[in-house]
Amino acid sequence: MQKIFSPPKSLRNIITHYCPGCGHGITQRLIAEVIDELKIREKVIGVCPVGCAVVAYDYWDFDCTEAAHGRALAVATGIKRVRPKNIVFTYQGDGDLAAIGTNETIHAANRGEKLTAIFINNAVYGMTGGQMAPTTLLGQKTITTPQGRKKEKEGYPLKISEMLAILPAVKYIARVALFSPQEVLKAKQAIKVAFENQINNLGFSLVEVLSPCPTYWKLSPKAAMDWIKDVMIKEFPLGRIK
Amino acid sequence: MVNKKILITGNEAIGKGAIDAGCFFYAGYPITPQNELTSYMAESMPKAKRIFIQAESEISAINMVFGASAAGMRAMTSSSSPGISLKQEGISYLAGAELPAVIVNVMRGGPGLGNIAAAQSDYFQATRAGGHGDYHCIVLAPFSIQESYDFMKLAFDLADKYRNPVLILSDGMLGQMMEPLFLGRSRHTPYAIHHTPKWAISGCLRRKPNVIRSLYLKEGVLEKLNLKLQEKYKKIKEKEARYEILYLEDAKIILVAYGTMARIVKSVVKKLRQKGKKIGLIRPITLWPFPEKIFQYLSLKHKGLKFLVVEMSYGQMLEDVKLALNGKAKVEFLGRAGGGIPTEEEIIKRVIAL
Amino acid sequence: MPRIKINQEKCKGCLLCISFCPKGLIQLSKKINLQGYRPVEFNKDKGNCLGCLQCALICPDFCIEVFK
Repeated sequence: MQKIFSPPKSLRNIITHYCPGCGHGITQRLIAEVIDELKIREKVIGVCPVGCAVVAYDYWDFDCTEAAHGRALAVATGIKRVRPKNIVFTYQGDGDLAAIGTNETIHAANRGEKLTAIFINNAVYGMTGGQMAPTTLLGQKTITTPQGRKKEKEGYPLKISEMLAILPAVKYIARVALFSPQEVLKAKQAIKVAFENQINNLGFSLVEVLSPCPTYWKLSPKAAMDWIKDVMIKEFPLGRIK
Repeated sequence: MVNKKILITGNEAIGKGAIDAGCFFYAGYPITPQNELTSYMAESMPKAKRIFIQAESEISAINMVFGASAAGMRAMTSSSSPGISLKQEGISYLAGAELPAVIVNVMRGGPGLGNIAAAQSDYFQATRAGGHGDYHCIVLAPFSIQESYDFMKLAFDLADKYRNPVLILSDGMLGQMMEPLFLGRSRHTPYAIHHTPKWAISGCLRRKPNVIRSLYLKEGVLEKLNLKLQEKYKKIKEKEARYEILYLEDAKIILVAYGTMARIVKSVVKKLRQKGKKIGLIRPITLWPFPEKIFQYLSLKHKGLKFLVVEMSYGQMLEDVKLALNGKAKVEFLGRAGGGIPTEEEIIKRVIAL
Repeated sequence: MPRIKINQEKCKGCLLCISFCPKGLIQLSKKINLQGYRPVEFNKDKGNCLGCLQCALICPDFCIEVFK
């Protein structure tokens, strides 16, 4: 009898503060697995967001820094430019990367910074109590869109990945989801490519992960997974975007 | 390069001083009147095998500095008044995460978009922790091209020694004017190669992982960090206050000014001394920590002293002078801002009226 | 025969593993852990574990180890 699956070394043996069924736990484990498999733990530097994953550095067992809300890609640029041999990645939510941080995101991508950006899209602002995110769907009820998002007032869900794809210095963009173990494996593969691209010095890579937020979608964990599969991917199609 | 003399602007002197002090990373955004500093760095940093980035905004620049500093390198950004307002959140984070960094403010007229002339209206912003939280930047105020150059090494050394952001407060006049600069034995310290601080994030090879953070949610932990910071500030206050004095032994009226204003006030003091007036000058060099002790000493030693604070503002350093004197001497003020500068004649007139 | 080991103290009772186990071998336990959640438990008596890893892959709390 052999152990064929266990939590990765780069993940601390700790209880997380994430809600039951939250996608952060899955994605942070995938990142740790990829880092262990690529043997880059001692080179990696993670830049953590402001959002539910603000304390991701308590869960990962490698060098990490915080960043002001939205500025992770600027912080990562500073780190990577002075330490080009390190593998520097950001882990950001939809507010961090596509609202307050949009400017930093676009310009880090446009400069082709050799970074890996992991973008957690759960269509809502979790940490602050369930407000509308740029990626909230039309009709989706949140505490700042109690009647549901209306295109006349709040515009449409933002497709930051598609927007970044037109930039020539962007080398890889993929959108994945976490709604089943098979999709989790595909997400891991995309994350692996995004890290390998940096190891091979290829340019800016971003993986958008459609992630469940049972608490603010007001769904059970399984129903939240199903909502991604049945509703969210219609608005945010999966696959390689660039 | 022993005792070489060059003619250079204040902005460029800051840039050259930074490079000679081992600054490894610079990020900046264009804003008048400090554009010459940014373009000097664009030209000179790559030549010195350092990193220059023109950031997409002032906010991005200060956050890039956060990253470069967290990674253990000497990092710097520069801007002018409105751009420094944008950087305040980033500076608060630097202070909270105890990261060294140098921020240069070439002050211009405000508030709002203001104008591009010299002013000293950002003293409060610089010394009262312009961002949120109980913190302080060490603030250095050069008044000549020579100091603009020399203070860069001091700034980076203080930043590293105390793991704290350091602010250089220059202004549009000092930035644009040219004076001779004497280059002594400038020690090239390519800091990046020599030394990575043990707290830096550089990849956790052969050590426990490091985390750079300013967030401490658990009960009591943030208070502990704050007490640690307060201890640090106490030490800085005790050890790092700097100032210049002129003719204080028998002065009855003491003028107080810093930066460009101090150049004009110095002229006034010399002129009036020639006429036999007993006046002196205190020129604070560190605006934080403010050199209170010299004021306290003077007010105890001599009764009936009068102080005249002269600023290109409507009374910002004035408050620190009043606090230092604690009611023990009379304090008057003369100031103009929004690009206006108190002239020698105005100052002389006011001194005579005292 | 393959089996899984569940860390019941880390489990938050999200029940995703139960939804994805193809053999229905995981069930809600009767315990309450220190976090205050009702964790799941592995019931090998209900059938043969395939070692397919689906439960471990979907678990958001790194609770599951798989042996084959």
